[in-house]
Order: sequence, then structure tokens, then C-alpha cells
Amino acid sequence: MDAADIKNLKATELRLGLPGTHLEENNVIITEEKSSLSSTTPVLNNNKRPLQEETSPANNKDCGSKCSNNNTDDDAAPPPSKAKIVGWPPIRSYRKNSLQEQSEAAGGIYVKVSMDGAPYLRKIDLKVYGGYPQLLKALENMFKLTIGEYSEKEGYKGSDYAPTYEDKDGDWMLVGDVPWDMFVTSCKRLRIMKGYEARGLGCAV
Amino acid sequence: MNYFPDEVIEHIFEYVVSHRDRNALSLVCKSWYRIERCTREKVFIGNCYSITPERLIQRFPALKSLTLKGKPHFADFSLVPHGWGGFVYPWIEALAKGKVGLEELRLKRMVVSDDSLELLSRAFPNFRSLVLVSCEEFTTDGLAAIAANCKSLRELDLQENEVDDHKGQWLSCFPDSCTSLVSLNFACLKGEINVGVLERLVARSPNLKSLRLNRSVPLDALQRILTRAPQLVDLGVGSYVQDPATETFVKLMNTMHKCKSITSLSGFLEVTPRCLTAMYVICPNLTSLNLSYAAGIPGSDLIKLIRHCKKLQRLWIMDSIGDKGLGVVANTCKELQELRVFPSDNIGHHAAVTEKGLVAISMGCPKLHSLLYFCHQMTNAALITVAKNCPNFIRFRLAILDATKPDPDTNQPLDEGFGAIVQSCRRLRRLSLSGQLTDKVFLYIGMYAEQLEMLSIAFAGESDKGMLYVLNGCKKLRKLEIRDCPFGDTALLTDIGKYETMRSLWMSSCEVTVGACKVLAKKMPRLNVEIFNENETADCELEDEQKVEKMYLYRTLAGKRKDAPEYVWTL
Repeated sequence: MDAADIKNLKATELRLGLPGTHLEENNVIITEEKSSLSSTTPVLNNNKRPLQEETSPANNKDCGSKCSNNNTDDDAAPPPSKAKIVGWPPIRSYRKNSLQEQSEAAGGIYVKVSMDGAPYLRKIDLKVYGGYPQLLKALENMFKLTIGEYSEKEGYKGSDYAPTYEDKDGDWMLVGDVPWDMFVTSCKRLRIMKGYEARGLGCAV
Repeated sequence: MNYFPDEVIEHIFEYVVSHRDRNALSLVCKSWYRIERCTREKVFIGNCYSITPERLIQRFPALKSLTLKGKPHFADFSLVPHGWGGFVYPWIEALAKGKVGLEELRLKRMVVSDDSLELLSRAFPNFRSLVLVSCEEFTTDGLAAIAANCKSLRELDLQENEVDDHKGQWLSCFPDSCTSLVSLNFACLKGEINVGVLERLVARSPNLKSLRLNRSVPLDALQRILTRAPQLVDLGVGSYVQDPATETFVKLMNTMHKCKSITSLSGFLEVTPRCLTAMYVICPNLTSLNLSYAAGIPGSDLIKLIRHCKKLQRLWIMDSIGDKGLGVVANTCKELQELRVFPSDNIGHHAAVTEKGLVAISMGCPKLHSLLYFCHQMTNAALITVAKNCPNFIRFRLAILDATKPDPDTNQPLDEGFGAIVQSCRRLRRLSLSGQLTDKVFLYIGMYAEQLEMLSIAFAGESDKGMLYVLNGCKKLRKLEIRDCPFGDTALLTDIGKYETMRSLWMSSCEVTVGACKVLAKKMPRLNVEIFNENETADCELEDEQKVEKMYLYRTLAGKRKDAPEYVWTL
């Protein structure tokens, strides 16, 4: 589904309330992001992703940068600079290159997340989460809503929202049914369904 | 002993194996020197430029096994520019010319060309064992030559080498007649290998005890290979990705039950963590576990696996295990002797390790004697506790990721903590320091570290006194490597005789000047004093007052080397 489809979908969406009174007021353009695994800037605002500006393999990430960002603007010369120091930490270049390749090859598993009613989509990296609870929490934070807890029988009962995903076969599935690893490898995109549609997926008809 | 015939002494010497003991024997008297040199089969050369191959061959005519080390240790961390040296070809050429009956060659941090491997494979009919650690320049073509030509090859062990893949199907070059393999490790190769060829090779190698695969070998192939080689003792898993709900995975689970001999496990270069359950059955037998390249295993799964590994003696792991995970290790692995904790790439994503994890380990693992620990912080209190709990350290290497970080609790340097370590661990042979450190830590080291042989220092100290404490105090010091410390000419020149008792000294980004290095080189003809000058052109004169960016000096009987690149000035 590309941006055009989303627009059309929204046009056909049945909602309570007058048309035009929704979030479209922001007039934000839905960006079309073609490749999901390209090195775009991280979507999340926390420091979970390593610095992506690696100038050369010899320069190391500064693993302390998370805590020391506030020092970099100091006038006083920082004691051996907290920026990247060649050869520190003392890890064999083979090991460093190997792990870098692993994390690049593994890439992030970036998937689009759409939420019904939202003017633009978000993108998240599934690799960053250890499991469903973290993912759901992140979605709740990102879209400022409550999804609640998963139950096999009743889905996300008690919530207006149901997190769903499109799998490799093109089917829309409820998030949480399959083991996490399987989900991560089969999830192509996420959609947070809202309203009656959400309830439709969750219960047995 | 003069009254014993030579044959008796020779027979006794057969039991003396370690090269240090052998060296000691050779110093007793001329007669023992002669007998020893004629019977020595294994020689270790810690610096390939300390002696010429011709001299080696002359002294040890019975040479069968040679270990050579090339570049200085800091080359591992990209501090030695490309092309410095450590070429093995001249050695192999000389050994071939001297008709040495070479059977084993172990190389570390050397430049190994395909030509050298080709020559090696042809010149020594009894050649059986090649071990390459952190070497470079060779490609799969060189490996093909080894596979094709070494008729009685038993061991091909490639550890952490940068190897170019020439897609030549090197594995297929092992002839059908090759059935003697005992150890095959190609985990560091990045290219594809023919899985069918590998399986057939394993099938015709009944003595195969150690097999470490690279990432291109998938899980289903692993299962088939293990079926053919249930006698394996050491296994390195390549790719370990599978949907656990498949028959393939079930087959693997069953196969693992038959692999009762595996005591050493490593690899998992790509991994589906949920599939690790298949390994649980062999975990109780493991004495060595290396998951330091298994970036795909989250901490929780590491912990689950380790809970089954009660016999572990060696553990290499990533810091994704976290302090809590190290607590589990401390409770489970009571036989632990060696621990290495490496930093993972995704900072912030994983729980890192701090002083707490180390303290837990020290409390639970009394047999610990070797440590390499990358951590976010360390405290004096923790180091003092560790020193008390583990007085048996032989190797203690601490790398705080923020190189000059003080004790976060007290904001003090870590002098007292490391002081406690050297004071308590009387058998300490190797030490690496980090964190904020003054001259005081070196005072302690000089006073207490009597057995210290190798010391690595970075971003530490305040004055020349620091270095002098070490040079004066550590009588057994063999290798000293220093970077980014305020040690200068006085420290360098105060006791120049000391350097002939050591293998080498490395100093980079310190306060040493060209003039001082020249003085040193002039006074000590049996030292090679090398200065690396990467910015200047060859024509440029070195001013005496100039600070030296990188200096590497080593004792040698071979004189100035002829293969140094342009940026190396041997004074």
C-alpha cells in the first residue's frame, strides 16, 4: 500500500464527526519511503541506535557518548576526547568489522506503521524490541493511545485499538498471535486499527 | 650430569617441552646447549624480526614446528599503518631452502601472501598443521593450494583473519584421498562454500575433532554434518537460522543428543534465538563457550543457555548479557577460569556491564585466572573486592569504554583499585589498565607486580615517573605498550639497558622526541628503534625536537631490517 492508497482508504473510511475536522488540519505530507531498510535517520528519539556517521572503520564508536553528549560543547579541552578515539576501545579490527557487518546485514527491520485517522505514517525498527510488550508500549507512546493487553481469546479487549500487521501472504493478522521471532520475520507493515474494525478482528464473529 | 651419555640426556630432554624450559636447559653448559639444540623440534619466535631464519635453521636442525609473531600488538587496534612488515614469505623460503622437515606453522599478525601458502604447500611433504591468527593478504586461492598439495594435512585453523574470497571453491581442492583432517576452522571466511563438498569431506575424515563453520553453512547442513561426525569435540556453528516449527529443526534436536563429545562450542554468526534450545542437551558437557560473535542472541537467551553450562571453564561473551547475566554465570559456572566480555555494537539497546557484574563473578568463580572485561565503568571498591576474592589472576585486562573515566562513586582515579589487584595477585603476568590513572598506579605496579611480563597502558599517568616506576620495578617485564601518556625522553633514556631484557617497547602519542630515540639507537646497537612518520615524505629530515608519533623498539640479532616501508625510520 503506498501513500495514494492510504489517502483513498481514508476517503472511504466511515467516521463519526464532520469530515475535515480530523488531524488533516496539520497538512502534513505523507512521505513515501520506498526502501524500508535504507539507512534513514532513526525514527525513535531515544539513543537506541548507534551513531550512524562512521567516518572510517578505524574510528570507534564512543560507547560513552550516551552519557557524555553534554560535554562536547565544553570550552575546556575534554580529557582524551570523548569523541571517537582511534583504537579505543581496544577491539581487534576483525571483530569490529565483523560485528558491524552483522548489524548492517541484519539491518534494522523497518516497517511502516499506520494508524487509522493519523495524517502520516511512522516507521519503526522491529529489531529494537525484545518482544510484544516493548513493541506495544512503543506504539502506545508514539501514537498516544492505549492498546492494552493481548489475550488469545479476545484480542485487545477493552481497547479501541487493535494492532494488526500484514504478513508475507498479504493477510492482515492480529499482532500477538504468533511467537515474536516469527512475527518479526513475517511482518511487512503494521496498522493500528481503530473503532469497529478493530473489534471485528478481535472477536469471533 | 657430565657422566651420562648423550643419549640419556636426550631422552630426559624429550620430557621437557615448553620453550622456556628448553631455553633454560640450553644455558646450563655447552654440552647441554648442543644436545638441546639438536633435539629441539618446536621453536617459538615472539618477534619475527629478532632473528634471521637462517640462524634459526642453523641452530635447530631438527626443527619441525615453528611459531612466529609479526606485527606489534597494537596493530590489532589499527595503530600500525599498512605495510609495516611481518612478511612470512622469506621465512618459508629459507626453511624450504634449508630442507627443514617442517610439519607445523603457527603465525600471528603476519602478512601471508598466496605465494607463501603455495610454497608452503609444496616444499614440505610432511606438513600437517597450519594455524593463522589475525593474518592478512592471503585469499582462498592460497587455501586451495594448501588443500590440494598437503597430503597429510591434519589441521587448518583460521582465526580472525581478513581473507579475500576469490570464489575458487578451495574446499573442493581437498583430494578424495585426504582423510587425515583432525581440525578445520574456516569461521572467518566471508564467502560461500559448497556445502555438499564440505559434507563429503567430513564424511571421509574419521579423525575430525574440531570443526568451525562460517556463516554460509546453514542449519540443515549443520544437522547432516553432525550426523556424520558425532565424534566432534569442538564445534563452531555458522548460520543458525531456522523456524523451530520445522522438521529440520526437530532433526537437529535429535542429532544433538548423539553429540556427547562436544565440549567446546562457538559461532552462531547468525541465529534464531529460539532455536538455541537444541543446544541445551550438550551444554552440561561444555568446558568452553564462545558466543562473542553471536550478536543476534539477546541477553535473556544467553542467560537461559548458560544456566545449563555448569562445567564451563572458558566463557567468551558479549556485554548484552548484562550484570544480572554475569550474576547467573557466577552462580552456575563454578569451574570458570577464563572470562572475556566484549562490547556489543548496539549501545543502549542492550544492558551493558559495570563493576557489579565483575564483583559477582569474583564472588562466584574462585578459579578465575584470566579476564578481559569491557565495561562502562569501574570503581576502586569493586577492584579491591575482586582482588580479595580472586588472588589467582594471571591475566587481568580491563577496558573501560570511556578511557579516562574515574571511579563514578568517588570521582577518584582508579589507582587504588589496580593497586589492590597487583598487590593481591602475586602471579599476575599480564595487565591492561584503563580509566583515570595517575603516576601512583605505576608506583604500585613497580612495587608489587613481580611476575608481570606484559603491560598495556593508555591515557594514563602524569609524568615520567610513572614509566620509570614500571621499568625499575618489574624485573620480568617483556612487553610494554603505551599510548597517549605523558611519558617523555627522561623516562625513555634513564635505563636503556632494560630494553635488551625485553622483547619490545611501543610508545605512541607520548612525549618522546626524535632526538632521544636517536640517542637510544646509537647507544644500543642490538635494538631496532623504529619511528613511524606517516605525515612526512621520505625526503623530509627528522628534527631532533620533533615529537615522535609512534615508536616501536625491539631487541634483535638480525640488525636493521630491509623490508621496512617508507614511513618507517630505523634509527
